[in-house]
Amino acid sequence: MSKITDMTATKNWSGQTLVTADHMLFEAPRTKHFMTGSEVLKEAVKRCTVDASVSYPITPQSEAAHLIGELWAEGYVGMYFRGENEFGVMAEVAGCAMAGSRTITTTSGPGTLRAMENFPQWSGTRIPCQLILMARGINSPLTIQPDNLEVTFMLETGCMIWYAENVQELFDMSIAAFIVAEKPDVHVPIVTVVDGFFVSHTRESVMLPEDDIALFPYEPYKSPLPPIDSETPPGRFLRDPFVMKSNYISYATHASWQWEVRSAVERSRPYAEHFLGGLLHETGDLDAEIAFITCGTASHQAKEGQRELAKLGIKSKVIKLRTIRPFPTKELVKSLEGIKHAWVPEFNVVGWLEKEVKTALYGKSDTNIIGGPRVAGGMSLPAEAIIQEVMEVLNPGKGA
Amino acid sequence: MAKDSIKVRLPGLGGQGAVTAAHIAATAADTDGYFAVSNPFFGAEKRMAPSESYVRIGTVPIYDRGEVIYPDIVMIFHPQVITMGKSYTMPFYAGIKENGLVIINSDEDLLTDVDKKILDDLNVKVLTRDFTKFAIDQAGTELATNMAMLGALFGALGTVSKPAIEEGIKDRFLKKYTASGGTATLDSVIEKKFKKKKELIEKNLSTASAAFDLTAAWAKEVGLAQILEPSKNNNGNI
Repeated sequence: MSKITDMTATKNWSGQTLVTADHMLFEAPRTKHFMTGSEVLKEAVKRCTVDASVSYPITPQSEAAHLIGELWAEGYVGMYFRGENEFGVMAEVAGCAMAGSRTITTTSGPGTLRAMENFPQWSGTRIPCQLILMARGINSPLTIQPDNLEVTFMLETGCMIWYAENVQELFDMSIAAFIVAEKPDVHVPIVTVVDGFFVSHTRESVMLPEDDIALFPYEPYKSPLPPIDSETPPGRFLRDPFVMKSNYISYATHASWQWEVRSAVERSRPYAEHFLGGLLHETGDLDAEIAFITCGTASHQAKEGQRELAKLGIKSKVIKLRTIRPFPTKELVKSLEGIKHAWVPEFNVVGWLEKEVKTALYGKSDTNIIGGPRVAGGMSLPAEAIIQEVMEVLNPGKGA
Repeated sequence: MAKDSIKVRLPGLGGQGAVTAAHIAATAADTDGYFAVSNPFFGAEKRMAPSESYVRIGTVPIYDRGEVIYPDIVMIFHPQVITMGKSYTMPFYAGIKENGLVIINSDEDLLTDVDKKILDDLNVKVLTRDFTKFAIDQAGTELATNMAMLGALFGALGTVSKPAIEEGIKDRFLKKYTASGGTATLDSVIEKKFKKKKELIEKNLSTASAAFDLTAAWAKEVGLAQILEPSKNNNGNI
C-alpha cells in the first residue's frame, strides 16, 4: 500500500511525480504489459491523480469499478464509495465533481439507462467528470453481452463522447479525456466508450508508462464556473425559481445555455486532435475506392476485412472515428474524397453510426453510404461477413 | 501450409477454467513473440453452465474480437458440451476450417459417423482423451484439467515453448489477479489444496508439460501438419 502524504508542488498524495499529459502520453518511456481492458483502466486511473470515484460494481459488467476501489485502498484515489444504485452513483459523481474533484465512474447497459437523467444534468452543470461506458446490450430478455445500442441514448446528452478501439486506446484516451474535459474553454463531462467484453474482458498487449508518474491534479479554480456557487449559473439555474416560470427570460436562458454546452463540446476539437492524433484515423489502402466508417471494435473487424480483401486484390481503407461528440464531419468529408462506396459496420440493430454519418454528410459528399453489416445481442462480426457484404455490391449475384 | 494466424475456440462449463486456460495460452504466445489476444464470453456466472473462451495467435497483428465463428482449433473441455449441447455453437465444430484440430476431453468417443465424415472431409484431426483423469493422475486434482488442455494445445501446435507456458502460468497465479467472485472462490480452493502457491505452479506446469509431450507425440503419429507459423520473434524461448 502506498503511503498517503500531503500533495506538494512536484508529488501527489501517493508520492507519484506530477507530470503533464503531454509527458505522460507522448514522452514517458513505456514497457509492454499483457492485460484486460478493465485492468488497463485501473492503470490509467492510477496515473491520473483522481480525487473521487463512485461505483455501483457488478460482475460481469466489468471489473473496472472494483479495481478503482483497489486503487483507493492502495492510496492512489482520494475517495471511493459505492452508490446505492446507478442513478445514485451518477448523481453522487455530479456532487463530487461540482465540489471540485477529478471524478470518474464506470457503467454499462441497463445501468446507463437507469442513470439517464443525470447525463444531460452533468453537461448542464459543466462538470468535467469522466464516465467509462463499457457498452453492452440493453434489451429484454436481459443480456450482458456486447452491443452498443446504448450509445445512441448518450448522443444528445451534451457530453463529449470518445470511442476507444482496444485496450491500448482505452488507456491513452481515458488519460487524455480528463485533460480535455478540464480545459476551461471546454469543461464538459466526457464519456469514453469501449465495447464490453471485446475490450473490457479481452487480454492483449499494451504499452504503459511507469506508474511512478501521475497527472497534475485538477484545478477547480480554472473552471469557467465557480464550484457550487448558487448565485451564478449553473448553480443559480438549479436554485432560482425564475427558471420554473414560463417567460421569455427563462426560455432564453435555457436555450442559450444548451447552445453553450454544445459549443463547449465543439471547442474540444483542437485538444482532441492534439491528444488523439486526429478525430479520425485511416488505415489500409489510402488510395482505395471503398471504405469502412467505424468506431470501437467494429474498426478492428473492418481492419480484418480490409486485410482479407487486399488478399483478393481489392483495395479498401478503414476510417475509424475516435470522437462521436464532437462528430468529425469535416475530417470525414475529406477522408471520403474519391471513395465510391463506404460501409458502416456496427454492433447494434438500429445503425446509429450510419445515421450519424448520413446526417453529417448530407449534401457534402457523393460517397454511397451503406449501413451494415450489423450484428447485435453479443454476436461477433467476422471478416467473412464484411467481405460478403462488399462483394454483393462490387460483384452482384456472384458473392465472395 | 502453416498459417500466419489461428483462432481457437474453447467451449467448457463454468468452473472448469476455460477462461483461465485461454488467458494463459495468450500470455504464453505473447511471451514467445506472437501477437495474441484472449477473450471470454459467458452469461451470468454458474458452475456447469456453458462458458466459452477464445484465443487468437498470429505472426501478424490480430484485430478480430469476440466469438470465434470460424475456428482452426476447437477444444472441448467437457463431454456435456457435445452430449447436452452446452455450447454457443451447434454442432460444436460449426465453422471449423480445413486442416484444423479438435481436442475433446472425454473418456469415450462422442462423435457420430456423420460428425466423423464431415471432419474427415475437412482434414480435421480429432484427439479424444480423458484429460480430467490425466490431470488427476498428474496433479492429484480435476481442477488442473485446464492445464492439461493447455499443454495439449501447445503440444499439437509445437510452436510455443514450454518456458513460455511456464511464464503464462506464473503470470496468472503469482500476480495479483482480478477475478470475479466465482473464480476467486475456485482460486482459493485450489490454493488451499496445494498449500503453497509454488507447489500449485509446479503441479500445473508438470501437468501442462506432460500433456504437451503427449499431444506432440500424437501429432507426429497422426501426421498433423503444422498449423501455425513459428514466431518471428520468439524472445529466445525456443
